[in-house]
Amino acid sequence: MLKTFNKGGIHPAENKITAGKPISTLPVPPIAIIPVLQHIGTPANPLVKKGDKVKTGQMIASGEGFIAANIHSSVTGTVTRVDKLTDASGYKRTAIEIETSSDEWMNDIDLNPGLVTDVSLSIPEIMVRTWDQGIVGMGGATFPTHVKMVFPRGIKAECLIINGAECEPYVTADHRLMLEKGEEIMIGISIVKSAIGIEKAIIGIENNKPDGIENLQRISSRFPGITVQGLKVKYPQGSEKHLIKSLTGRAVPSGGLPIDVGIVVFNIGTMFAVYEAVQKNKPLIERTVTVTGKSLKNPSNFRVRIGTPVSELIKAAGGLPDHASKIIAGGPMMGKALNTLDVPVTKGMSGLLVLDDIESKRKPVQNCIRCTRCVTVCPMGIEPYLIMSMVEKEKCEFLDDCHINDCMECGSCSYICPANRPLLDYIRLGKARLKKRKQQK
Amino acid sequence: MSSTILYTIISLSATGAISAVILYFVAQRFKVYEDPRIDQVEDALPAANCGGCGYAGCRNFAEACVKNENLSGLFCTVGGNETMSKVASILGVDAVSQDPKVAVVRCAGSYDKRPRINIYDGPSSCVLQSILYPGDTGCPYGCLGHGDCVNACDFDAIHMDLKTGLPVVIDEKCTACNACVLACPKHIIELRKKNKKDRKIFVCCINEEKGAIAKKSCEVACIGCGKCVKACAYDAITLENYLAYIDPVKCVLCRKCVGVCPTNSIHEINFPPRKNLDGTDATVDVEIVENL
Amino acid sequence: MITVSPAPHDHSNVSVSKLMFGVIIALIPTFIVSVIFFGVGVLIITLISMLSCVAFEYLIQRFILKKEPSISDGSAMVTGLLLALCLPANIPVWLVILGSLVAIGVAKMSFGGLGNNPFNPALVGRVFLFVSFPVQMSTYPEPLQNWFTYTDATTGATPLGLMKEGIKNGDSIPDLMNNIPSYIDLFIGKMGGSAGEIAAFALIIGLIYLLARKIITFHIPVSIILTVTIFTGILWWSDPTKYANPLFHLLTGGLLLGAIFMATDYVTSPMTIAGMWIYGIGIGIITILIRIFGAYPEGVQFAILIMNAFVPLINKYIKPARFGERPENE
Repeated sequence: MLKTFNKGGIHPAENKITAGKPISTLPVPPIAIIPVLQHIGTPANPLVKKGDKVKTGQMIASGEGFIAANIHSSVTGTVTRVDKLTDASGYKRTAIEIETSSDEWMNDIDLNPGLVTDVSLSIPEIMVRTWDQGIVGMGGATFPTHVKMVFPRGIKAECLIINGAECEPYVTADHRLMLEKGEEIMIGISIVKSAIGIEKAIIGIENNKPDGIENLQRISSRFPGITVQGLKVKYPQGSEKHLIKSLTGRAVPSGGLPIDVGIVVFNIGTMFAVYEAVQKNKPLIERTVTVTGKSLKNPSNFRVRIGTPVSELIKAAGGLPDHASKIIAGGPMMGKALNTLDVPVTKGMSGLLVLDDIESKRKPVQNCIRCTRCVTVCPMGIEPYLIMSMVEKEKCEFLDDCHINDCMECGSCSYICPANRPLLDYIRLGKARLKKRKQQK
Repeated sequence: MSSTILYTIISLSATGAISAVILYFVAQRFKVYEDPRIDQVEDALPAANCGGCGYAGCRNFAEACVKNENLSGLFCTVGGNETMSKVASILGVDAVSQDPKVAVVRCAGSYDKRPRINIYDGPSSCVLQSILYPGDTGCPYGCLGHGDCVNACDFDAIHMDLKTGLPVVIDEKCTACNACVLACPKHIIELRKKNKKDRKIFVCCINEEKGAIAKKSCEVACIGCGKCVKACAYDAITLENYLAYIDPVKCVLCRKCVGVCPTNSIHEINFPPRKNLDGTDATVDVEIVENL
Repeated sequence: MITVSPAPHDHSNVSVSKLMFGVIIALIPTFIVSVIFFGVGVLIITLISMLSCVAFEYLIQRFILKKEPSISDGSAMVTGLLLALCLPANIPVWLVILGSLVAIGVAKMSFGGLGNNPFNPALVGRVFLFVSFPVQMSTYPEPLQNWFTYTDATTGATPLGLMKEGIKNGDSIPDLMNNIPSYIDLFIGKMGGSAGEIAAFALIIGLIYLLARKIITFHIPVSIILTVTIFTGILWWSDPTKYANPLFHLLTGGLLLGAIFMATDYVTSPMTIAGMWIYGIGIGIITILIRIFGAYPEGVQFAILIMNAFVPLINKYIKPARFGERPENE
């Protein structure tokens, strides 16, 4: 029986055109641009400078503080510059640019392709590996994984939830991982289970991936404590709070975290990264990216090195089509439109979507007709039409009463609005203005 | 007169009279005492209610003036020194004065000088676009052109020039209330000291990137070469982060820096055309913009 | 050149004009039945009403407000069609045009156009005509006359009119019910009344279409119909000789037209489900109060306009349930 959340949600066209394409590994790129901030938290401190020679897997920036992550080189070569370079945010941020010469991995990384099933490390050693290898959330949020594995004194986690929903249209990276790296994912989950001390783990997978559900269900018979639960296809099923609600019935309170209801959530791709970090001592230097779009010649799922310029991925997918208009890092609902192709793949980039000019065109904005659709589809139960109206009229004092900070920016409201009103844009503006007001006080 | 009309007149008049008496006593009983000087100060203010003073409207500012012991930290830029001296005399405190200021737009990256390299398809709001990404040109500091500054101005003193895509300030109407400065998410607009005849000399650029990169995005960017710093005999120009800045207080408007700037990034406004030694108009590669 | 815009980069197919044209399609069965029963008059007033509403909206937007005319969104056409369907089929053309002017000019444009009006424009037009021209607005043609009769049609009383007169005269309900058409006739529309209110079955077909295409939700029509049924049911149960039964109240007058098409107008109805229930219950109660205890035989038009006035209050205090407001457990 499929589970789901009962408030709000939309059903955008799935367009999972790359679901049947096995992951193919792209060659090592000629240059790698590795930003020092690819995670939530403080930027890492560069450890190298221009002219230094680095090997694949070598740590080139170290994380500062607790909510931080290490950064490793994904190629072997010479550092050409450590400078502010444009990344997917559109802004220039500190990055380490390396000119590739070969592909020599660090000695302590296990390059053997075989499956390592025995978990021989102790819990502290597992935590240290997770921190050392720079593992962050691979679903797009890039929250440092080791932070979620440590709890304040007295708090105990009851259940581990693995996010295999992949509710964004077009993106199939996690789907392919489920099919091709199922064993590794299960071992990764067991490692995290034992490190945190949780008996029960549930993997939530949307029902548009029946082969993924079936494969993991089959493997899970050998892993006691891990179950697979199918979910109805609805956006945003992959949202942490809604995943928890669907699978356990618990609602994370406003402004709270999953651990407040005794749950820890990880993305399924992160579990694969944890397996590689703990069992093979491999840092996070490559990831699966779905390069897709109806106008692309060869939409595929690629395994690429972190730092590969996006232009290389587009080339591998058959080149930029003639009428390509928007290139989006991520999926069509929450992804970021890039303003140039000279940006690198980062730890959180799960998809690259190319839309042509017809698909990209935003329709003209009309008056709000108060049709209630935005209120009906909002999964957080707030009122987007009201927030937009207040921000437009500059009545930002009332935004707190509208619970604007509950908004998770899923985009369902803008998607469904018949008058094409840019609801989410004004909600973001309202959040920025409210923050500024509070700072000024 | 029929009795109905008579009774009607009597009853309505009586109701009116009784209500008037009740209202009078209630108004007296619940009267809020207000210092009468607040009304006097408010009358002296320009009644623009623009919020430039930092208070919620002219009455709020008047209350603040009366409540405080002196006028330090309180200034109405719309009324200027004249208004503040009137307020000072009403309250019997020392007058405060400030150099009059005017808003100056420090970006010259028009459509032909700063080519667009991508298309922005979103709500026409500078703040929204700046949240999303640096802009549709190569310069991440430049004006976005949607006119948040124009919308913020209460005095109709700033307009968007549709040919260039840049805002233009009308000096006579500008009251230096700071609304446009706060509205601009790129911090392109600056309040600078007003000079005689509205003359201005300023670096019309805020780009802090290395010279070669800045110049690639915009023909008239400041490349941080430092020629203006060397040319200035009054120590008025500083160079920081590849960007020159002319101090409006130290600047004596001698125009030496304007001639040496290789990218014409320094603007001179409202000056007479330069003359050669033989009296003919000198060709100076600088735009001399007439006041609107 | 690359285009950059904020997320989301996908949009559903729904648009304002699709929704408005969906409402027009839902009204087609009602329109056809009306033409069959009332003849060419319905065609004339519908055409005039729709044309005038669109023309007035265009003229006001272009010449008075000086902005881009928005007639292509279809909302003026819907107002025109609804206004025509709640007028008697023998009403002269100039009154239809006047009603359209009030509906569009006063009730919609003067508040700021689509989305800003607090009152249902078609109903404001109708109530204006009703209050200013009560005679022309209370004389309804008999059904099934010569198809080409228009303003010269023979007029007769509506079932609700008969009921009101009879109660005033002291007749008992069972006697009055003999003079009223049979329930079958009431259901298919063979009775006097305004152009769109007569045929219950055609209106219900329209309701099913609107629900199937997800243009409206069931909450407002169902809450109105349930409230009317329960309220009149209680009254009828208490004294069947003084009060008519619920089925009579549902099938006569403009109740179904109002419940399905007027009360569900997006702009003037509440934004939350709980709000819609309160709104519908209010309309049901006020309608029956006016019908039974008030001076007019029919009260739906006033009931809806009164509840329209309450909608901002409903929206202010009835908020949707937020996620995580009440921590729930398995």
